[in-house]
Amino acid sequence: MQIIVNAEPREIRADTLEAALDELGFTSPAIATALNGAFVSRAKRVDTRLTAGDRLEVLSPMQGG
Amino acid sequence: MRLYDSEVTSRLLLGTAQYPSPQVLMEAIRASASEIITVSLRRETAGGSGAGFWELLQQLGARILPNTAGCHTVRDAVTTAHMAREVFGTPWIKLEVIGHSDTLQPDVFALVEAARILSDEGFQVFPYTTEDLVVGERLIEAGCEVLMPWGAPIGSGQGLLRRDGLRAMRAHFPDVPLIVDAGIGRPSDAAEAMELGMDAVLLNTAVAKAGDPVLMARAMAQAVEAGRAGFEAEPMERRDMGVPSTPVLGLAELM
Repeated sequence: MQIIVNAEPREIRADTLEAALDELGFTSPAIATALNGAFVSRAKRVDTRLTAGDRLEVLSPMQGG
Repeated sequence: MRLYDSEVTSRLLLGTAQYPSPQVLMEAIRASASEIITVSLRRETAGGSGAGFWELLQQLGARILPNTAGCHTVRDAVTTAHMAREVFGTPWIKLEVIGHSDTLQPDVFALVEAARILSDEGFQVFPYTTEDLVVGERLIEAGCEVLMPWGAPIGSGQGLLRRDGLRAMRAHFPDVPLIVDAGIGRPSDAAEAMELGMDAVLLNTAVAKAGDPVLMARAMAQAVEAGRAGFEAEPMERRDMGVPSTPVLGLAELM
């Protein structure tokens, strides 16, 4: 199915957030996720099911002021 | 200085953005002697764009104050705060809710709402606000134990545009830590903020965009220290006329 990952359309086979992150190559432990604008904690990724058209944001540490 | 449940020695908080290189950033942080550095969250690329910076942060060992920079709504800011808490493992959040893209002025209405939500959820909120006293009161009612009034628009380096407002804040909130966040351009701006009785200064661009960021980081640290000592030493009153400092008594008559 197709979902939007950090504003880019991506085709994935996985149907959970945990598996999708792995499939998409997001392997760093220092990431946080939001699905359709709502925070999804690390612990809930494995039980969070994805549906086509979902908007996934994957964020990581960046320099900031 | 006490910020929530933490005792902090350095009164200079430093941002980590816009440095010419990670090496310069690390040296500047050391030169500033800052114990608290601000960081952000941005989109990760597959393969780990954030991993390098993450490792650098681990090496630094400074206390991390994540921000919600770039957020324009309560929902954005609250979601970003949750993501930051998980990644950085801290309840601290520098809460920015921007109301205007040109001035980067905080949307104080959304700020108060987001501060209430986050405080109720156990966050320790450092709100980027204006010098408005009523907004300050609302933020404290919402659970904030620190206020961070702007000196001038973020990244402008214009110094303190509303000294009277900052002075009024100091008088109105004698026991609340006040940190001037944004607008500092030169060491004299930082010293002035401290002379007004602010508890600390948070700056980024002034150091990162200086010709020699490491030297400027040291200069800012010295300015903050000097300004604080000047405030504690209670400066003399200004006088309208000159008053000789050398005694007049005993002056020779040579005419």
